[in-house]
Amino acid sequence: MVWFRFKKNKLAMIGLVLLLIMVAAILAAPLFVDEKAVSAQKIMNRFQKPGGAHIFGTDQFGRDLFARIIYGGRISLFAGLAVVCISFIVGCSLGGAAGYFGGLVDTVIMRVVDMLMAIPAMLLSMAVVAALGPGVDKLIIALSIAQIPRFTRVVRASILSLRNQEFVEAAKCCGTNSARIILKHILPNGMGPVIVSATLTLGQVIINIASLGFLGIGVSSPTPEWGTILSENKINIRYYPYLGIIPGICIGLSVMAVNFIGDGLRDALDPRTKN
Amino acid sequence: MTTPLIETKGLKKYFNTPGGSLHAVDNVDLKISSGETLGVVGESGCGKSTLGRTILRLVDATAGEVLYDGQNILNFSQQQMRDVRMNMQMIFQDPFTSLNPRLSVGEIIADPIEVSRTVRGRREIREKVRELMDVCGLPERYVNTYPHELDGGRRQRIGMARALALNPKFIVCDEPVSALDVSIQAQILNLLMDLQQSKGLSYMFITHNLCVVRHISNRIMVMYMGNVVEVASRDDLFSHPTHPYTKALLSAIPTTDLSRRNSARQILKGEVANPVDPKPGCRFNPRCPYATKSCQEQQTLKEIASGHYVACSVFAG
Amino acid sequence: MERKLLEVRNLHVRYNTDEAVVYALNGLDIDLEKGETLGLVGETGAGKTTLALSIMQLLPQKVGQITGGSILYDEKELLKFSVKDMLALRGDKISMIFQDPMTSLNPVMSVGDQISEVLEQHFPELSKEQKSEKIDEIMNMVGIPSSRKVEYPHQFSGGMKQRIVIAMALIAEPDLLIADEPTTALDVTIQAQILELIRQLKVKFNSAMILISHDLGVVAEVCDNVAIMYAGEVIEYGPIETVYLKKDNHPYTRGLFNSLPELTRNVDRLEPIMGYMVDPTNLPAGCSFAARCDRCMDICISKKPPVFSDGAHSIKCYLYQHWADK
Repeated sequence: MVWFRFKKNKLAMIGLVLLLIMVAAILAAPLFVDEKAVSAQKIMNRFQKPGGAHIFGTDQFGRDLFARIIYGGRISLFAGLAVVCISFIVGCSLGGAAGYFGGLVDTVIMRVVDMLMAIPAMLLSMAVVAALGPGVDKLIIALSIAQIPRFTRVVRASILSLRNQEFVEAAKCCGTNSARIILKHILPNGMGPVIVSATLTLGQVIINIASLGFLGIGVSSPTPEWGTILSENKINIRYYPYLGIIPGICIGLSVMAVNFIGDGLRDALDPRTKN
Repeated sequence: MTTPLIETKGLKKYFNTPGGSLHAVDNVDLKISSGETLGVVGESGCGKSTLGRTILRLVDATAGEVLYDGQNILNFSQQQMRDVRMNMQMIFQDPFTSLNPRLSVGEIIADPIEVSRTVRGRREIREKVRELMDVCGLPERYVNTYPHELDGGRRQRIGMARALALNPKFIVCDEPVSALDVSIQAQILNLLMDLQQSKGLSYMFITHNLCVVRHISNRIMVMYMGNVVEVASRDDLFSHPTHPYTKALLSAIPTTDLSRRNSARQILKGEVANPVDPKPGCRFNPRCPYATKSCQEQQTLKEIASGHYVACSVFAG
Repeated sequence: MERKLLEVRNLHVRYNTDEAVVYALNGLDIDLEKGETLGLVGETGAGKTTLALSIMQLLPQKVGQITGGSILYDEKELLKFSVKDMLALRGDKISMIFQDPMTSLNPVMSVGDQISEVLEQHFPELSKEQKSEKIDEIMNMVGIPSSRKVEYPHQFSGGMKQRIVIAMALIAEPDLLIADEPTTALDVTIQAQILELIRQLKVKFNSAMILISHDLGVVAEVCDNVAIMYAGEVIEYGPIETVYLKKDNHPYTRGLFNSLPELTRNVDRLEPIMGYMVDPTNLPAGCSFAARCDRCMDICISKKPPVFSDGAHSIKCYLYQHWADK
């Protein structure tokens, strides 16, 4: 039923197809580009325009942009998705518990969240990476911690508005336990804003990864990653705009695809949406 | 004497508000026997809904006892409570917020059955749902529709089917017809009365509508600002209303009976205040046209005729 | 004969929504004389509020569309009024009281300022002192001490707010007051207060009033005439005394009376109207009540009944065909 409604939403389907193509291309990368090409420098070949031997052209060191983009996607897209998933799940549990139980549970969780929120997300990620050391896995943890407060707040707010609805009372009347009430009656009704917020977060996370890379924390050159590619080419963008446009389009397309999917999902999950 | 099905003794529910303690339900004693309907009437903020929810333990009582079949359920453990809950259900006022919008009609009615595991097996549950829908006058074809596709009357029938799913003995009906149109209201009232007859249910029928309460109740309890001011059998209450508030309430009802149109009616002054840290004494006394000094003292229910109790120092002194 | 204040003739209004066209008013006629109080009774979806909004020209733009008929106010066609003319008319000659006093007041403006706003709109020539005097006067009239005019809406209870809304509606001394379910959100004892107030003010201002309500009892309390609406039409109209005799009634009106538990009538079972409200996106060719009517005849299904009248009492139902010969 959900899939049926999702299928009817053209934009959501476009988003899904787009994301699947990108994921497939990234996964199948070794089939058409040698991994060595990612960092193979050929000064003679620098600033080749897109087309010809290098589909996306080459950068200032003569590295093939296509190879860098397609391998860089592994980090940008997969790490981005991982961060969103982790912070989504943790945020939902924390926000769910805080909103539903209230009282002491709420106070403790929300004060911790407030403390985290008081620190700018970038600064927090930097601190965590600095403490944990470099590596993609650590980067994911650091960025997740920075995003969790946001989800917790959104989830808690939507649960607070639902907690005292009569259908929740009706469920309590039948002796339904708290977990079932939250999972079956409250969360499905409060998911709309959370899903939208999750899809928007992905774009933010991809850019955060890039920013951290640019600062030399997390992923750094020469390991490719969309944000890093963008930042290492920024001085040449003026004369060789394709160096900025292509990674920019990749980031934009993936964020857009996930946004479309998120909107579609939100509508498909809600039976009140008109068919 | 047989034990009443439901009994409360000195039941209190206070809410902490920034302004002080709000006495939503204060010292309520009531008894409901098997197969009986107790009507609870009062204006908004009189504590009638809170009373119903306190009895069902949807909100925790501040003090007092709620006896189900002679046992105080306020001391029950979660496990014991789960068994009692099957016998005590609720029908809600708002047919729009009382149904989970994400579930289909069939899923809503099946939910209590799945939770309680009274019926097992997919086919058996589906059969039970079909039976409940039939009892409540819902055509089977609605089983896969969602609540928002149906109108208020049909949605209220879903709420009733859900309440009946566990074969309860006692149902708190919290303004079940207030949100419905007159013609639909009558259908639902008839259905409630039919179900009571066929299943031997007891109702606590909470409403602000005196005409409705008169139609459906055996006994009626009038509440004002958390206190019970009068309890009597239906006929006694309407033929001999004694508490000044009951009288004013009866006289305020607009009627389609033109012979009553120009009869002098008593219009109360002022409005209901919130019972935050109330002073002792009759809470109606600031609005009461008959108030005397004795009204400042604590009022208790006194029996003025068999089964007719009034808390008023002037009329039941 | 006295000039009619309001004449609505054969009014058709529909709402164009994404999924379907909702036929809200289907050939509605009402008349209102100066100083008269008309009760408009009907259930959800009968088109009561649509009628009020049509008269005020406040239908939701683009969605709500008047597709036919006329609304004559004081013999002038309201449907041909410009936006500016309508602005001058609203509040000054015609004003409206909404159902929910909680949402019809601006929460961040003192009630005195809100009343004064209406005055500024329609009597810009008044001096500050005159305005303030007028506000005090109207507040006392609706039973609120004028010292409270500096307070904000949240400091008032529901009944008090409705009094303020009434004060705002009456300050320009309109000729026509449209009250849309003015007491529905209130408790019975407060409702009795407000109805009493409306009754007193009606005498004082001698303005005509349309009282919209789903409650037959409320209408009986204050109205001279009553119009029963069903599916966007007036299916019965007459003086209260005739309609509430419960002798000759449209089957729908009778159904309403029978559905109502009464204080003075003992019945074991109510007799509800069977079925549910007709779907306003898909109206039948004949009488729109036919499907729910227990006295439905063949002709009811095929042909829309015209109005049959007996004196001031008129009913749209073939059961009263013999009235046509009178």
